[in-house]
Amino acid sequence: MGIVIIGNSASAVGAVEAIRKVDRSLSITIISDEPHSVYSRPLISYLLSGELRPQQIFYRSKNFYEKNRVRSLLGRCAIHVDFKKKAVQLDNDERISYDRLLIATGGKPFLPKIEGLHTPGVYTFTKLEDANRILSILKEVQKAVVIGGGLIGLKAAEALNKRKVEVTVLELADRILSLTMDSTASSILEKALRKEGVHLITSNTVEAILGNGRVESVRLADGKVLNGQLVIVAIGVSPNVEIFKGTPLKVEKGIVVNERMETNIPDVFAAGDVVETYDKILKCYRTIPIWPNAYLQGKVAGYQMSGEEKYRYDGGFMMNSIQVAHIPTISVGLTNPPSEDGFQVMKKFDRGSGIYRKIILKDDLIVGAILAGQIDRAGIMTGLLRDMVNVKGFKKELLNDQFGFVSLPKSLRKERLLNIK
Amino acid sequence: MCIRQCAFEGHSYDPEKNEVISKEDVCVGCHRCVTLCPTNALTIRQTPLDFRANANWTARAIRDIIKQSETGGVLLTGMGNDRPYPIYWDHLLINASQVTNPSIDPLREPMELRTYLGRKPERLELDGNGGNYRPKEPLPPQLKLETPILFSAMSYGAISYNACESLARSAHALGIYYNTGEGGLHPNLYKYGKNTIVQVASGRFGVHKEYLDAAAAIEIKIGQGAKPGIGGHLPGEKVVEDISKTRMIPKGTDALSPAPQHDIYSIEDLRMLIYALKEATQYTKPISVKIAAVHNSAAIASGMVRAGADIIALDGFRGGTGAAPTVIRDNVGIPIELALASVDQRLRDEGIRHQASIVVAGGFRNSADIFKAIALGADAVYIGTSALIAMGCHVCQKCYTGNCNWGIATQDPYLEKRLNPDIATERLINLIHAWSHEIKEMLGGMGINAVESLRGNRLALRGIGLTDTELDILKVLPAGR
Amino acid sequence: MKRIFVKEEVCIGCRLCEIHCVVEHSKSKNIIKAFKDENPRILPRIFVEEKGKVSFGLQCRHCEEPYCLEACMSGALYKDEKTGAVLHNREQCVGCWMCVMVCPYGVIRRDLNEKKIASKCDLCLGKEIPVCVARCPNEALEYREV
Repeated sequence: MGIVIIGNSASAVGAVEAIRKVDRSLSITIISDEPHSVYSRPLISYLLSGELRPQQIFYRSKNFYEKNRVRSLLGRCAIHVDFKKKAVQLDNDERISYDRLLIATGGKPFLPKIEGLHTPGVYTFTKLEDANRILSILKEVQKAVVIGGGLIGLKAAEALNKRKVEVTVLELADRILSLTMDSTASSILEKALRKEGVHLITSNTVEAILGNGRVESVRLADGKVLNGQLVIVAIGVSPNVEIFKGTPLKVEKGIVVNERMETNIPDVFAAGDVVETYDKILKCYRTIPIWPNAYLQGKVAGYQMSGEEKYRYDGGFMMNSIQVAHIPTISVGLTNPPSEDGFQVMKKFDRGSGIYRKIILKDDLIVGAILAGQIDRAGIMTGLLRDMVNVKGFKKELLNDQFGFVSLPKSLRKERLLNIK
Repeated sequence: MCIRQCAFEGHSYDPEKNEVISKEDVCVGCHRCVTLCPTNALTIRQTPLDFRANANWTARAIRDIIKQSETGGVLLTGMGNDRPYPIYWDHLLINASQVTNPSIDPLREPMELRTYLGRKPERLELDGNGGNYRPKEPLPPQLKLETPILFSAMSYGAISYNACESLARSAHALGIYYNTGEGGLHPNLYKYGKNTIVQVASGRFGVHKEYLDAAAAIEIKIGQGAKPGIGGHLPGEKVVEDISKTRMIPKGTDALSPAPQHDIYSIEDLRMLIYALKEATQYTKPISVKIAAVHNSAAIASGMVRAGADIIALDGFRGGTGAAPTVIRDNVGIPIELALASVDQRLRDEGIRHQASIVVAGGFRNSADIFKAIALGADAVYIGTSALIAMGCHVCQKCYTGNCNWGIATQDPYLEKRLNPDIATERLINLIHAWSHEIKEMLGGMGINAVESLRGNRLALRGIGLTDTELDILKVLPAGR
Repeated sequence: MKRIFVKEEVCIGCRLCEIHCVVEHSKSKNIIKAFKDENPRILPRIFVEEKGKVSFGLQCRHCEEPYCLEACMSGALYKDEKTGAVLHNREQCVGCWMCVMVCPYGVIRRDLNEKKIASKCDLCLGKEIPVCVARCPNEALEYREV
C-alpha cells in the first residue's frame, strides 16, 4: 500500500522529494513504461547532437530510488486503473494497490494523418528511446526532414545538423516557433538557422512519406518532393490520458485538477504535462507542458499526498528557454497579444547585434516578455510577471539592457530583496 | 577600484593599453586608494617639482603667488595649521612615582576620570547627617563626562550627516558630549540631545527654540583657533538640500558667518546674550563661550567668566577647520599650551577659577597631550582632528572641495556612503577607550587615582628645551629642578 | 539558515566583494595569479549593480523553495542538506538557461565559452563567513539568520 506514482519524470521526482521531506516511512512505488532511471526528456536533443554523453541524460543520481526508498517498477506499463478497488493493473497482470495515486503520465506526441507514417525511418522525438534509435541509423542518413518548426522540431533539426545531416524543417504556419515567439523573434532565429545550413520551409507541410521498406522521400502539400532517409515528426504533444477513457476520471484536454493537484476522484492526484491547470496570464484552464511546472506540480502533489496541506498550486504560465543556432532566447507569458487592445507593447531591436527585447504590459503589469540574443537577468522579468508587480514607476527602464534591481524604486527593491522566497 | 574611489580623478583606465594610469599632480595624499587596494599595489610618496633650494623663497611661497596672480582669490585650505611652529606638548614631561609615593595600578584599582563641567559654587554647604548629605543650595547646571574628553565643534555641512551621526552615537555610548558647530542640529539627531552641546555662532545658523531645548549645553562661539577674528565658511558646493533646511539658508549659497557676532560689541553685550540664553532655557543648561587663543586671552577669559559664562572653551591655533583662508590659519592665534597656562593662572589669581570650567582644543594628538593639558589647568579637552582621523580622515587638507574620499567632509551622497556610521561609531568609542585607559596609566604612574588631583597640578610637569620666559608663562619647572 | 543581505546605504560600489569572490573560487586562491594568470578568468558569484549614486552587491538568495531548482532540467542544481545552500554541479550542467529564465533576482550568469552556468554563489561552501561579507571595507554585506 502507500503511494503509487504512474510516471517517472519531473513530476514523479518532485513528488518523491516532497514526500520524503515530510515522511520517510510512507511507501512509494513508481511505475514507468520506460526501462530507464529518471532522465530528462528535454535533453534528448543534446544526446542526439553529441553534446551530452549518455550518462549525463539522467536527472538524478543512479541511487535515487534506493536513497529515497522508492520501489521502482521500470519497463512496466500501467494499462488500467481500478478506482473503486484502488489498484493499478500492469501489462503483466500484476496489480499494485494504492492508498493514494499520482498520475504523472506526461504527454504523447501528436501523429498527423499522413500516408506512409509507419514507414521505417519515421520517428517522433520525445523519449530517450527515440534518440537512441535515431542514433543507431544515423550513419545511413544523409538528408532528413523534420515536420514541425516548434521547440522539439528545431532542437531535433539542430542536433541532426550538428551531426552533419542535411536537414529541412517543414512548418505549417508562416514562421517557426509561432506559438511562443512573435514575428521579429522568429525571423531572428530563422536567419540564424539558415546561416547554420538548416533549410526552413514555412507555410507548408508534408502530405505523404514515400519509400519502399524505408523512407526515401516526402511529398509536400504544394507537390514538391524532398529526398531524405529520416523523418522526425514533431508537431506537438497532448496529455497521455488514453487509459482513462471511459473511466470516471474527469478529463478535458488534460486531467482536471484543483489547487491541491487532486482529481475528481478522492485519493487520486495528477501532475505534469498530463494535467490542465489555471494559466495566470491567459486566465483560462489549459495544459502548460513545461518542465518547471511539472516539477512544481509534482512537489505540491507530493506534499498534499503526505498530509502537508499548506502547499498549493495556484496556476502557472508558459515560459521557455531555447538556444537555437547560438542565439539564446527566452519567452515568458503572453508574447503575442491578439490585438493592441488594452496591451502596451514595448520593444527594442538592435539589428547589428541581433539583440531583441520585448515586454508586453497590461494595466501596468507585465504579462509577457521575449528576450533574444541577450538573456541575462531575464528572471527578473519573470519574477515581476509572476508576482504581478505594478511597474508603472519604472516602465521606461524595462527595455534598458542594464535593467536590474537598481532600476526599481528603492522601497520595491528592498521589499523584493530582503524577503527571500 | 582605485579609479572609482578617487574623487579627485587621480586614477583612470586606458582601454587601449589595458592599464590603469595615475595623475600624480591631482593626488592629495588622502590614502583612500592605498587603503582599499586588495593587492597593496599602491603607495604615496611626495615627489614635488623642485625649485632651486631657497630657504626664504620656498616652493610653497612661490606656488601661492603664482596661484593668486592667476585667480585673484583668497587661498583656502582645510584642517589645522601645518607650519613648523613649536609644539609645547612635546617639551613637557610627566612625572612618575618612585619610592615615596607608590604608583597605582589602573587594572587592579578604581580610577576616577569623571569630570563635571560648569560653574562651581564658592562654598558648599551640606545638610543632613549620618552619611546622608545633600547640598543646601542646588548646584548650578553641570555637564557630566565619564572621561575628560569631548568631540569638538564640527558643523553639519562641513562634515557629512553620517559623520555627525557617528559623533552623536559615540558620545552617547561613551557618556561624553559632542558639539554641533555652527551647522545647526539635524532633526534625526535630536534623540542624542542629552549628549549634545549646540553652538550659537555669528551666523546664528539653525538657531531656534527646539534647537536650544534639545541640547545639554549651549556654546556661544566668538572665535575658533583655525581662523581667529573671522567667521565660519561653508562653500556653496556643500550647501545641499538638507544643509539648507538645517541651517535655514538658501541652497547653493556660500554660508559665510559674519566675523563678529553683530549683537556682541562689548563684554556687557556678551553678558546680555549669556543671560538671554539662560533665561530661555530656565537656567537648566550651562552656557559655554568659545574663543580662539589670541594675545590677550587671559583678560578676555576673565571678562567672560564675570559675564556669566559657565564654561570657557579655548581653541588654539592648531585647531582644524573645513575651510579657512590659508594665510589666517597659518599666521593668526597662539599655541593653546601658552593660552591655557595664562588663562588658568589669571583666573586663579583673580579668585574666580571655580566660576567656570576651562575646556581646551586645538590639535590634541594623543592621550599625553590631553594629560598635560589637564595638568596645565584644563578641566577637559575637545578633540576634532583626532576624531576625524578615527573615522578615516588622512588629513589631506582638501575639505573645502567637498570631495572627501572618506565620506567625512562631503555632502555628495555617493562619497558619503563610504562612512558607515556603525563602523565609525565603534572606532570613535575605541579611540576614547584607549586614551582613557592611557590616562589612567599615566595617573596611576604618578600615584594619583583621580583626574581631579591632576587638574592644574603644574608640579606634575617639567619643561625640556624651553626658554626661561616660556617656562615662566607655563609656570612649570625645568626638568632637573 | 544564514543568508547574505546587503545594506545599500553603505555600499560604496568598490567591487572588492567581486574581487575576493573570484580569488576564493580560483584555482590558485592568490589574487595576483587569479587575475593575471588564470585564463579564462572566472566570474564572480556576486556582482554589484550600480546606477548613479545607488549601488549594492547581489548574489544567490539560496531560497527555501528555489525556482531555479524546479526549472533545472539536468538536475545540476541541488540543495545542500546542511546549510540549505543551493549548489551547482558544473559537470551535470548543459546550459539550457532555464534557471536564468526563472530566477527572480537574476543572479545566475552564463559562461558563454563553455555553455554552462558560470556564476552562482555557493556561500563559500560552508565557510564560517563568506569572503564577500568578510572583505567588504564598509560592512555593507551581512551574514545573518533569515
